[in-house]
Parts: sequence; structure tokens; C-alpha cells
Amino acid sequence: MTTGTLTAGRTRFRLPRKQIPVLATLALLLVMYGIGVSQYTAFSNVQVIFNVFIDNGFLLVVAVGMTFVILTGGIDLSVGSVVAMTAMVSAALLQDGMPAALVLVIALLIGPTLGLLMGCVIHFFEIQPFIVTLAGMFFARGMCTFISGASIPITDGFWTSMSQERIGDPRGNFVSISVLIAFVVVVIAAYTLAYTRLGRNVYAIGGNPQSALLMGLPVGRTRIAVYTISGLCSAIGGILLSFYTLSGAPLIAVGMELDVIAAVVIGGTVLTGGAGYVFGTVLGVLVLGVIQTLITFDGSLNSWWTKIVIGGLLFAFILLQRLIGIRYK
Amino acid sequence: MTDSRPVLTMTGISKSFPGVRALHDVNFRLFPGEVHALMGENGAGKSTLIKVLTGVYDTDEGAITLDGEPVSFTGPMQATAAGVSTVFQEVNLCTNLSVAENIFIGREPRVFGAVRWGEVRRRARALLARLDLDLDVSAPLGSYSLAIQQMVAIARAIDIKARVLILDEPTSSLDAGEVAQLFRIMRQLRDEGIAILFVTHFLDQVYEIADRITVLRNGGLVGEYLTTELPQLSLVEKMIGKELDVLEGIEEHSRRDLAALEEGTPLVAVSNFGRAGAVEPFSLTIHAGEVVGLAGLLGSGRTEVARLLFGADRTDGGQVAIDGTASSLRTPAQAIDHGVGFCSENRRAEGIVADLSVRENMILAMQAARGWLRPIPRRRQDELVDKYVKALNIRPADPEVPVRNLSGGNQQKVLLARWLITEPRLLILDEPTRGIDIGAKTEIQKLVTQLSDGGMAVLFISAELEEVLRLSHKVAVMRDRQMVAQLANDESLDADRIMQTIASGSHREEADR
Repeated sequence: MTTGTLTAGRTRFRLPRKQIPVLATLALLLVMYGIGVSQYTAFSNVQVIFNVFIDNGFLLVVAVGMTFVILTGGIDLSVGSVVAMTAMVSAALLQDGMPAALVLVIALLIGPTLGLLMGCVIHFFEIQPFIVTLAGMFFARGMCTFISGASIPITDGFWTSMSQERIGDPRGNFVSISVLIAFVVVVIAAYTLAYTRLGRNVYAIGGNPQSALLMGLPVGRTRIAVYTISGLCSAIGGILLSFYTLSGAPLIAVGMELDVIAAVVIGGTVLTGGAGYVFGTVLGVLVLGVIQTLITFDGSLNSWWTKIVIGGLLFAFILLQRLIGIRYK
Repeated sequence: MTDSRPVLTMTGISKSFPGVRALHDVNFRLFPGEVHALMGENGAGKSTLIKVLTGVYDTDEGAITLDGEPVSFTGPMQATAAGVSTVFQEVNLCTNLSVAENIFIGREPRVFGAVRWGEVRRRARALLARLDLDLDVSAPLGSYSLAIQQMVAIARAIDIKARVLILDEPTSSLDAGEVAQLFRIMRQLRDEGIAILFVTHFLDQVYEIADRITVLRNGGLVGEYLTTELPQLSLVEKMIGKELDVLEGIEEHSRRDLAALEEGTPLVAVSNFGRAGAVEPFSLTIHAGEVVGLAGLLGSGRTEVARLLFGADRTDGGQVAIDGTASSLRTPAQAIDHGVGFCSENRRAEGIVADLSVRENMILAMQAARGWLRPIPRRRQDELVDKYVKALNIRPADPEVPVRNLSGGNQQKVLLARWLITEPRLLILDEPTRGIDIGAKTEIQKLVTQLSDGGMAVLFISAELEEVLRLSHKVAVMRDRQMVAQLANDESLDADRIMQTIASGSHREEADR
């Protein structure tokens, strides 16, 4: 038989297609930052960037969890409510005089437990993630008001020190502890997705769940795991938010799940699953943060302009994903 | 081929599902270093046999041995681990992942839980080099053609030290060049001593690649043959299950005068109709009052022809003239407007609405043609329904019974009546007599003759050659998704000649020139 090596004809040209959305987000971010620097002298101050991280650290952590879920082709609408519930529970327990360490443990268990339950319902009963996590969203929000109808202030020493601690350079620029925690979460998540079987299974399921099953991958376990991870990230996000606001309020973070989804999608993760990176999500969160900062610097624009710009960007990025056909289907 | 001991044997395999005997007492064996084709029509039991082998189904009776040891797999994963790998018709890989990852996901080389990507790529390159494939292993699988994806699936399958490779219709969506690539790899694996079980509908491919053939029919074993000792015509006979000399004894029915019918403008004339992956371009003319038979094995593209003519699938190109005027058949609605009716082969899934009554089922097409805003008066409905219940001898003769309570034959008649009420000019009947009893069958055949005498054109699709011969003025023969011949149904045409045409497909004859 012939042994001539066969070079297979590929049907479509190849560029790093998968990276195009992330590169587009990066370009967008640089353009927005450039606009800021050229318009406002104070914008070039490094602290402006640091403040974006300080203000959005909790959002970043939650968005990392959402990235796992969306990569499998799912969605988690409960994140905003879980963030609020975690902050509420922490505030209420601290008010009752429970030690901070114990409060942390309990608060960090609630989110993943709810995520685990939702993941099990989604997997074992084959119910749409949209509707299951919608139920989770209402449940967690309801629990917030059940705990207290009004905001609960936090006066605990550990919480206030976490809130006020500044980690800075000699020139006076600083970040909060929350930002460091967010970065640790980002690094762990990026490593998990790129280098562990769990992470690769997440991509495989997002690509084609039937194939993943036939290739012998643990589809059910992975699917449950991503909702648990999202729950854990929401819980961490809730703690960071309570560090930031030093309170638990029943109506905080309403609609936050939608900001989170927007950040993930603008960061280049495809809503149908299978393609995207945690790094993209970081960029997506920064885009949202820089838009807010630009509007604050302008001073004359209503803050609703943030929403209008995000809406436009979301459209643009979804169209971009469709146009480059990242799904190869 | 070697004459060593078989690597795999299946003995006395039987498997029943409620109401169906899918396999009974089937034997199968597979030798190292051979390509063994498993042949049979749809429903012959090929898929069931593969599923029993790979542990998807339990066996009711029978034993499987691998290397002489009795085995009983609990599922494809366990079979794969034991060296029996399956590549399915549809590529079951993830197109969003890289080529290398598709080969190794689930068993990547790791160090402290971290995937060693360099090692994954290196091993993937080595494995693909063994198959003479030079791919960019970091490229997403989706950037390669389906044929290459199929070969990556094979690479994944053989990496697990496979000794038995099952290829379940791997060629059904590949073009000729891609099939050649696949065959090159199959030959190479065979030469390395892997036993390959190959399932396909394409006869040519069997003779090109297979060393040995096992034929199944209706869940039973017909026999195991060396490819060199089984002529193609005999293979077709064995698959269909009729000896030629038996078929020759069919009583002569009145042959019908094709020449007279084919004067004047054809009712429907299509040229170069076709659809990539479904059926090669064909041309066909049908005159008023003409019955055109469509013969060919299951899976040869008969239904695809019907769907193109009805607009259920859209043709890739070509022209259609209706009554001599250029027209188009791009949607079923257009086809219905032109007076085309289509009784689908799959009456349960695509035709009958089981919970509606006989009357409601019958008037569906007519109501659709009138538009939903113009309901048919109840009295008119009753008149029509009564007429067809009587004409077609539908039992029970109660129009208000839910259709699901009727027998298969009577359901088929209701479906026929639905189209007859709309008074179509061309009626497409796809396997109208399959699975119904002999009485109903005869009535439907009689009806087709009556309709054509009354000036209706009929495209009659059937696997039963006697039936096609009895009813048709002209027989179009399908083979491997190609219309290979159109034969006038005169004295010279018999089942033997149609079968030869199906088997060889070489002599192309035009009936009407």
C-alpha cells in the first residue's frame, strides 16, 4: 500500500479563531482606556485601575464561577441572590455574636450547597438550568428578606479590618484584600480549566454533551460540579461584598446575575458553551468597570448610560461570536 | 487473511424486544487481520448485533468470546477497555477541542493532576503518523473535514490497544475521495492484525474492502461468505431473501401501454434534481395517468427522491416543469399547490395524528389547502369521509373512532384518503404496503390501478419488486443514492433484470427514448 504521508485538507481557514473574541475585548478595553486617558488627566493615575478592581472584585469572583457554568452550555441565574444571601447570613450571625471564623465557614458553605442541589436537579431530572437556577434565585432572595427586612450593619473587628486594610506601593497606590482574594480565585480557576480533567471535561460537555458521554467522560459529575463551583464563587463574592459594604442588605445585588452574564459574554465565552477563557472574563469585568469609571469621570452623564453601553456591547459581541462561527457547526 | 483462531466469536445470539424478535440464533466470528462486512437491509439486525457485542444490550441467549475467553460487556466503555472499540456513523467527538485532546480526553497523561499538554500533543502526533495522517494536532477538530474527524475517531479508538474495531456505517456521509482515505487506513490497520467489523449499505465498498461477508436477514443469520466467492448478485438475493428463479414465476399482469401515456406534455418533468449527501442529481418525467415505480434497496435513496419531489427537502439545483411550464417545488406548500400529494413511509411519525378521529385525519390536507380561515362545512366533511370510508373499505366504518385504534392497514388507507380528498394530480406513495396484511395490500394495489386509470399520476415506492412490476408503467431503479436506470415495464422486464440492475448498476437504460 502507499505510504505517502497525507496532509489533510482543512475545510476552513485557521487563525486562532478561539482567541478572536478575547483579543477583541482586549482591544476594546485598551481603546476605552485610551479615551479616558486622553479626555481626563487624572485617568492615567494607576489608582484608577486599582479602583476598578476594588469596586468590582466581588463581581469578578462571581463571573469566574459563571464562566464554568456557561462553558458547559448552562446558565446560573441564582448568583446575585446567593451573593446577597451570603452577605445577609454573615451580617446576621455576626450580629448574634458568633465568632468571625465560624461565620466565614458557614457563609462559605451555603452557596456551594445550594449550587450542588441545583446541579443535581438539573442533571438527574434533566431540567433546564435556566428554570432551576431561576427557582434558586427566588429562593435565595426570599431567604434574605426572611432573615431581615432591613439592612444589618457589620461591626465585627475582622470584617472592618478586611475592609480597611490597604496593600499599597510606596507612592500611595493601593488595593484591598478583596482584590488579592479575587486574583487567587482567578488563578486557581484558570489553572483548573486549562490543566485538570475537570476543566477539560467542562469544555468537552460544552462542545457536545452526547459525544462527551460516549467518550466516557463523567458528564453528570462535571455538570453538578460547575454549579457547585458557581455557588462557591457566589459565596466568596458575597463575603467580599460584605467586606466592601460592611453590611448585609436584603435587596443588594439585585440583577447582578445579568451583569455577570454580560461580563462573561463580553469576555468572549460563547453562551452555547465550549469556548472561552477565565482571562476573557477578567477583561469582560474590566470593560464593565472602565465604562462605569468613564461615566463617573464625565460627571454629566446619567449612570444609566452604563447600561446602555453594556447593552450595545453585548449585542456586538454576540454578533461577533456568530460571525466567526466559533462553534464550527 | 489468516486462518488462525478467531479473535471474537458470537454463538447462538438471540435478543427479543417486546413484540419483536430482533435476533435469533445468530453466529458471528471475526479473525485477526480481516475486514469483515456485516450486511443486511434496515431492520435485519445489524445494529442490534453490534449493540449486543458492545454491551449496550444484554443477550437473551448465546455466548461471546474474546480470544477464546467468554466475555460479557456491560457497556461500550468496558468493551473499549477490553479492546473492542466502536466508531459510530456520526462522529462522536467534540469539535471545539483540539485534535490531540479529542484523542486523549479522559485518559490524558498527567503529573500531579495536571494534564501534560506537550506529552498529549507528542503522543497524538505519533499515533496519527501511524495512520499516515499529518494534522496540526493543536487545531480544533472542527476545522477539519468530516472524513478527517472520522479518522481522528478511529485514532482515539485504536489507541486503547484495540484488537477489534467496529465501524458502523462510517462512510455514509463521506464523498468518494474521503472514502478512499478511510479505506487506506482500514487496510493498514488490518495489515497490523486488527480485526475490523464494517457495516455499510454500499455494495461497491464491500467488494472493495471486505475479505469476508456475513449476511443477516430479519434477525436471522443467512450465512458467512468469502467476498471472492460471493457474486454481487447473490449478495443482493441473500439480503432480500428471494431466489431469482422463484421471482421469475410471478404471474404476468396486464402490461400497460407506456407509449400511449407518454404522448403529450408530461405532468411533472424534473431535471438534475439532487441533494448533496442524500441523492445524486436525477431526471424524471411523469405523465398524467402514469404509474412510475421506484425500486432499490432500503437506503438507496428512494425516499430522498420522493422528498425532493414533494419539496420536503430542497433540491440543490436543476429545473422542474409542471404541465410544460417552468415552475418550482421548493416547499411542501408549493408542491401541494401544484397538486402533489405525499404519503410518507413513516406513517406513525409523519402522517397519522393518532389521537384525532378518522374524519379529522382525512380532512387535514384538504383543510390545509383551503386555509384555516375557511372551515369545511360539517356536511361536506361527512359526505367526503363517508365516500372514502366506503371506497377504501376502511374498518371499523365509524369516522369518529380515534385513528390509533385502527390496524396498520386501515391507518394507511386513512392516510391515502387524506390525500385523495384533495384530488392530487401526482400522488407519491412511499412504501404504502409495508407492514400491512395481505388483504389491505391487495386493496391498495387495486386502488392505485384505478386512480391511474382515472388520470392520476402515481410515484410508487416499494421494496417488493413484484408489486412494483405489477403496478408500474415504468420503473426507475435506485442504487447507492443514484438513479441508475429507468426501465419501461414491457415483456422484457422482470424482477431478475431489476435485481441485476440494482446489483451491477452498470448498464444505464432509458425507457422512453
